[in-house]
Amino acid sequence: MKINACNYDYKKLNDIIRRSEENCEISGCCGQRFIAAGMSDKSITIDGVPGNALGAYLNGASITVNANAQDAVGDTMNEGEIIIHGNIGDAAGYAMRGGKIYVKGNAGYRAGIHMKQYEDKAPVMVIGGTAGSFLGEYQAGGVIVVLGLEANKQRIVGNFPCTGMHGGKMFLRGDCADIKFPRQVTARKAAAEDTEEIRKYVSEYCALFGYDTEDIMNAPFTVVTPDSKNPYKQMYVAN
Amino acid sequence: MKLEGQVRIPSGCAIAAVISKDGNRMSGEMITNSMKPMHDRSNGLGGGFAGYGIYPEYKDFYALHFFFDDRATRKSCEFFLKERFEIVKSEMIPTRKLAAITDEPVIWRYFVAPLKSVLASLQLDEKEFVARTVMKINTEINGAYVFSSGKNMGTFKAVGFPEDVGVFYKLEEYEGYSWTAHGRYPTNTPGWWGGAHPFTLLDYSIVHNGEISSYDANRRFIEMFGYKCNLQTDTEVITYIMDYLIRVQGLTLEEAANVIAAPFWSTIASKDEAERQKLTYLRTVFSSLLVTGPFSIVLGFSGGLMALNDRLKLRSMVVGEKDDKVYIASEEATIRVMEPEAENIYAPAGGEPVIIKVKEGAF
Repeated sequence: MKINACNYDYKKLNDIIRRSEENCEISGCCGQRFIAAGMSDKSITIDGVPGNALGAYLNGASITVNANAQDAVGDTMNEGEIIIHGNIGDAAGYAMRGGKIYVKGNAGYRAGIHMKQYEDKAPVMVIGGTAGSFLGEYQAGGVIVVLGLEANKQRIVGNFPCTGMHGGKMFLRGDCADIKFPRQVTARKAAAEDTEEIRKYVSEYCALFGYDTEDIMNAPFTVVTPDSKNPYKQMYVAN
Repeated sequence: MKLEGQVRIPSGCAIAAVISKDGNRMSGEMITNSMKPMHDRSNGLGGGFAGYGIYPEYKDFYALHFFFDDRATRKSCEFFLKERFEIVKSEMIPTRKLAAITDEPVIWRYFVAPLKSVLASLQLDEKEFVARTVMKINTEINGAYVFSSGKNMGTFKAVGFPEDVGVFYKLEEYEGYSWTAHGRYPTNTPGWWGGAHPFTLLDYSIVHNGEISSYDANRRFIEMFGYKCNLQTDTEVITYIMDYLIRVQGLTLEEAANVIAAPFWSTIASKDEAERQKLTYLRTVFSSLLVTGPFSIVLGFSGGLMALNDRLKLRSMVVGEKDDKVYIASEEATIRVMEPEAENIYAPAGGEPVIIKVKEGAF
């Protein structure tokens, strides 16, 4: 179903998507929020810039954006995938607990903040470009990968990555010599078995955006994990 | 009906701005329309705009925009003005009746020049005199508020949604080389006409999305220098801080940004010696002017704009450009309304000022 979103506010647009019994192709999107929120089926393609909280609480649907996306993409998403052929704003994948977010370009501040996992639910976020400060803040589970493609010698993440991290893994392409991590995490050179874990996601990324998996994997990676089960012991209270 | 405070309306303010580096003038219609995709960021309790370069025929005079509670207040305030200024023009600001905008005060503008004899006897320069007079009116004359006091610029604001406020003030009839816009969702303070953004002093104007947790610390400090925060909104203090740092203290825009959004000490420690000394100096001397809490602001001034986020970047802001124009907004969708083909869209880092100036002599 083709939908021209030009004259619809977010309520009307989401109503049409929800009522549709087939996949949706949205054109002329300009800032409508909450697109596909909580949706469990359908595949949705968007031309134009979707508004904040795209795919919030997503529960299995698939979203492709052929432009940049704004803030809070995939907020608390549970399952499904969000593919962005551009950059994303701040707080992408906030409290995400399942599903995948693939971003061709850069992410803003706080990507993957409070990402978590439980049993078979483990979220994945792959950022092709660079990420802003506070990447993976309070990360509690899941996998965050930053590739730093076309970073042009910029640092691939901003300040204070992994602050408060206590679960999950982060993979950063490069040796990260110029990045300062907090005391409570360990950042080390990824071994072959570490990078094998993310090969599947990187090859999906490459298939989506036209890169060569071997080229990208053939580089040093840094893997970041929290130090122990309770790295923040006595930081705030005696615990 | 439940009133504000009894019901929570989840939302967040919206800001937008545009400037032509070549000084080409744009009508206010584009910036008005640009606010439409961000409608849900405001709740109808305030919207406003500032336009620069809009009064070329009166560019040598201060344009004082007023809200008066009633006609009698206007008469007594005018008497007060005549003792201090030569008034070259006095008129109602044109508006159109709209169902969406109600309870408007008397909205008036004066184009004025300070009387030379008054300046001489007070031994004040012109700008300081005008700034002090604005403070005096807003503090002492009940029911009169100066909400714009610069040269060749003007602020237009109201209680309502921004896209309605732009229509209300007939902004399509003004042409400026830069515009800023705001849609308000008041958090701690009442939604009233004087509380809408932009907040202005002389030619400095601020639109702000956020909530300043350092408000009272900032207010106590700035009030020592003759400023009076009496418009019941945190944003007011940022305007006075910028006036104080830039006009009174003579700091550059970058230095002023490094005061209000000072880098963390750990970030300062990682800089080279000269930069570290400068940043340490600014943080130490003006420690009471550090603005904490979330903010994204656009500062308007004669010939330019500066966009700035708090150092933690707790509010969104994107910048884009096309030809001679630079666009700034809380959301990219707003930039796309102004220029569908905008290029180089990026989000500046927290505390990283984006300064755009009209080229020399073009405004």
